[in-house]
Amino acid sequence: MGIIKTIQQKLMAGEFSCTELTRAYLDAMERDNGSLNAYVRATPEDALAAAAQVDQKLSVKEALLPLEGVPMTLKDNLCTKGIETTCCSNILKGYVPIYNATVWDILQKQGAVLLGKTNMDEFAMGSSSETSCFGGSLNPHDLSRVAGGSSGGVASAVGGNLAAYGLGSDTGGSIRQPASFCGVTGLKPTYGAVSRFGLVAYASSLDQIGPIAPSAEDCAAVYDVISQYDPMDSTSKGALGPASPHLEDGLRGVRIGVPEEYYDGVRPEVLSALENAMAVYRSLGAEIVPFSLPELKYALPVYYILACAEAASNLGRYDGIRYGYRTEHYNGVHDMVCRTRSEGFGKEVQRRILLGNYVLSSGYYDAYYKKAQGLRGAIVKGFHQAFGKCDIMLAPTVPMTAFPLNFTGADPVETYLTDICTVPVNIAGLPALSTPCGCDQDGLPIGMQLIGNTFCENTILAAAHQYEKAAGQYRRTKWGVSL
Amino acid sequence: MSREYELVAGLETHVELSTKTKIFCSCTTAFGSEPNTHCCPVCIGLPGTLPKLNRQVVRSAIRAGLALDCQISEISKMDRKNYVYPDLPKAYQISQFDKPLCRDGSMELSNGRVIRINRIHIEEDAGKLVHEQGDTFVDYNRGGVPLIEIVTEPDFRSIDEVKEYVERLQLTMKYLGVSDCKMEEGSLRCDVNISVRPKGSAAFGTRTEIKNMNSFTYIARAMEYEFSRQVELLEAGETVVQETLRYDVAAGVTESMRGKEDAQDYRYFRDPDLVTILTTGEEIEQLRASLPELPAQKAARFAGQYGLSPADAALLARYPRCADYFDEAAAGLAKPKTAANFLIGQVFSRLGSESAKEACAIPFDAKALHDLAALVEEGKINMGLAKSTLEKMLDSGKGPGELLSAADMEAVDDAKLTELCRAAIEADPKAVEGYLGGKEKALQALIGAVMRATRGRANAAAAEKVLKGLLQP
Ligand SMILES: [Zn+2]
Repeated sequence: MGIIKTIQQKLMAGEFSCTELTRAYLDAMERDNGSLNAYVRATPEDALAAAAQVDQKLSVKEALLPLEGVPMTLKDNLCTKGIETTCCSNILKGYVPIYNATVWDILQKQGAVLLGKTNMDEFAMGSSSETSCFGGSLNPHDLSRVAGGSSGGVASAVGGNLAAYGLGSDTGGSIRQPASFCGVTGLKPTYGAVSRFGLVAYASSLDQIGPIAPSAEDCAAVYDVISQYDPMDSTSKGALGPASPHLEDGLRGVRIGVPEEYYDGVRPEVLSALENAMAVYRSLGAEIVPFSLPELKYALPVYYILACAEAASNLGRYDGIRYGYRTEHYNGVHDMVCRTRSEGFGKEVQRRILLGNYVLSSGYYDAYYKKAQGLRGAIVKGFHQAFGKCDIMLAPTVPMTAFPLNFTGADPVETYLTDICTVPVNIAGLPALSTPCGCDQDGLPIGMQLIGNTFCENTILAAAHQYEKAAGQYRRTKWGVSL
Repeated sequence: MSREYELVAGLETHVELSTKTKIFCSCTTAFGSEPNTHCCPVCIGLPGTLPKLNRQVVRSAIRAGLALDCQISEISKMDRKNYVYPDLPKAYQISQFDKPLCRDGSMELSNGRVIRINRIHIEEDAGKLVHEQGDTFVDYNRGGVPLIEIVTEPDFRSIDEVKEYVERLQLTMKYLGVSDCKMEEGSLRCDVNISVRPKGSAAFGTRTEIKNMNSFTYIARAMEYEFSRQVELLEAGETVVQETLRYDVAAGVTESMRGKEDAQDYRYFRDPDLVTILTTGEEIEQLRASLPELPAQKAARFAGQYGLSPADAALLARYPRCADYFDEAAAGLAKPKTAANFLIGQVFSRLGSESAKEACAIPFDAKALHDLAALVEEGKINMGLAKSTLEKMLDSGKGPGELLSAADMEAVDDAKLTELCRAAIEADPKAVEGYLGGKEKALQALIGAVMRATRGRANAAAAEKVLKGLLQP
């Protein structure tokens, strides 16, 4: 049973009150966050106030809403009214939003208990959460390893039992990669399924909010609540229907596509874990369909060109005039903006802004941005055709397991290459999840990626859930709350 | 010297649309409030906010396009124009780059020349810098107010053509109700591209652009200045530098704004936060059907239907509310010209200001004007009485029915006139004596008495004739 259902049953059975449960999480955060650095901000007063309301409801035996009373966390790029939201960047330190992200509005109405905001790579740019101005989050399976990124804090908190679930954002793998590294499940929904309103933008055409939780069942429960049409987001569509009722849908006859390009250069241990997963699926009656998806080889450069271009524009607003950090000494407005940005943004963010402005500049636009847009179309078409041959796809999430600390600092291009398996679905707007499928010789979790057709979250969540029931690879770490 | 040179100009006109709410949020577009009170997270670009296109902006822009004979794009999109300036809170302006909503329109001027309109696109306005007490502040109230930018080809050959175009444009937008085009509030602003070339030359000269002018006077003065400046440069054997200029109102000169305008790279790309703007042919036809009678059409109808002179017809068409008022007053009159003369003459001179004419701030309704003109038409009152009555109507807001008694409107027939003339002669022997003594002027006193007795209804010429007859020795 998923952690969300478990908690709600125990709350209703009176095993503990929501206040007791919340205090247990807050205490565990006090104790363990120093090791994991998952949270950058705890919100104990808000959490306890929300918990008290849930207890009030429980005392009159009122039924709980689907996520009510379940302690959770939000990535620090989701706007929370009255609670500092920094994107883990010096340039937004002290910034307190005056409005809520739509997802947080929905969850608050659902009686969610927010424990705090979690760590991330600065403005979601990075693969290890180490570009955070608060320092990186650590992997609950091995403190000498990173939690991954950019939603490393959420994955570390969930893997470290410091939250039942959390919401992250995924632009090129930022939910799936840290979920894979931390041995938990993370879902990037179809572009448009979840409102982006209140998600501080990195790359608007690629960003999508989604859950990270111990199991596919938990991810489905959260997805079903947050996947609503939002008039505030023009690109929002909402889900076609809830995924949870389909979790038990059998896999007999389901065609699982295996695009060979995803498996190029993958570490042997990862490859064998994936092969084991294929065997499990075969035993569940699914058919494994290998094929080639040659457009995938363009995905990485297309991703970095488009993401950096949009980021350069999205991040132009941090000028020190209206909010956030402002340099102390300056000479005129132009100098103030330049100094504020040079001092406020970290290296990786500055690198991507420069790259983005470069690919958009006249003289280079056609060679980079325009070409990348054209190839984006080709990748979308390639996936579309591939879904004629299969129902879902199976691929590694990352070609390797969690990096050692400071691995990503050395060579940015080598680090970008590790995103090779996660970026294609963002380019194509497809739903994908990562769920644990074994571990390497150091005991580090390996993640497998399930990719669905547009708005078919139910198929990949069901496939992950069925796998978990048959061969579950989720391993609880020693940290945090034990229920 | 300048007679040997020809002016070539093109216009980019920014028109603020008078939608109730801004282009991407639900803030009001009202002008003139306390700074930063018409703002929300969206229009000040707080992190995480997203724009949502106000469909009314699309409809207004399409109506403007249709009124200017444009082709309407069924598929359009919004782009980001990236540049850094404190009044631009997102560091990009959401505009349209390569797929404007309307294209290929035109406007025919009174001299028969046609100005081609290249495109009309929609975009958001920026905020405003306020310099006070040695400090600079930003007011974002105007940020996100919807604009249309109307871009012509370089088809203007004189300042008068530019003036006529802008006036017509302004009037057309008012007719459509898409903008109030208040130049003094900045809701209509022009950038003028200007170059000169020897008369008869086919090639264009190097152009400069004078930015952001919001008065007819300044547009004309700036163009005059810039034309002479360029001609003088060429005459002196120098070259015109392509640059962006600002018109310094106080000094009456144009001056360079940015040294290297060409270095501005806006890095346009499609705004990923906004979806494709789709407009169906059916919607376009509905909008076309909703177009009102436009100024030129109205003036032509007034001339044809009511027999007004082209100048009077055009004058009335300039004030759409007064034109509607006139339409109502004219209905059923045999000679609507009388009512038009009342309106354009006495009433307009009493209204005085442009704004009063625009508001059609007449204290009585159209029926009252109709009634007055009808009384004249039916011969019940003469023009003199009509004019004095109109003054009273303007004073009191009352209609002629209330201001004129039954006696006033009683016809003054010949018998009555003779009777009144006799009475006047009997009452004023001194005037009679004077007249008979050779003072022609003394007769005026007798005519005046007759007019007073009839409260102006009598025909003064007829009275003169009767008096002269009665006093014949
Ligand atoms: Zn607003």
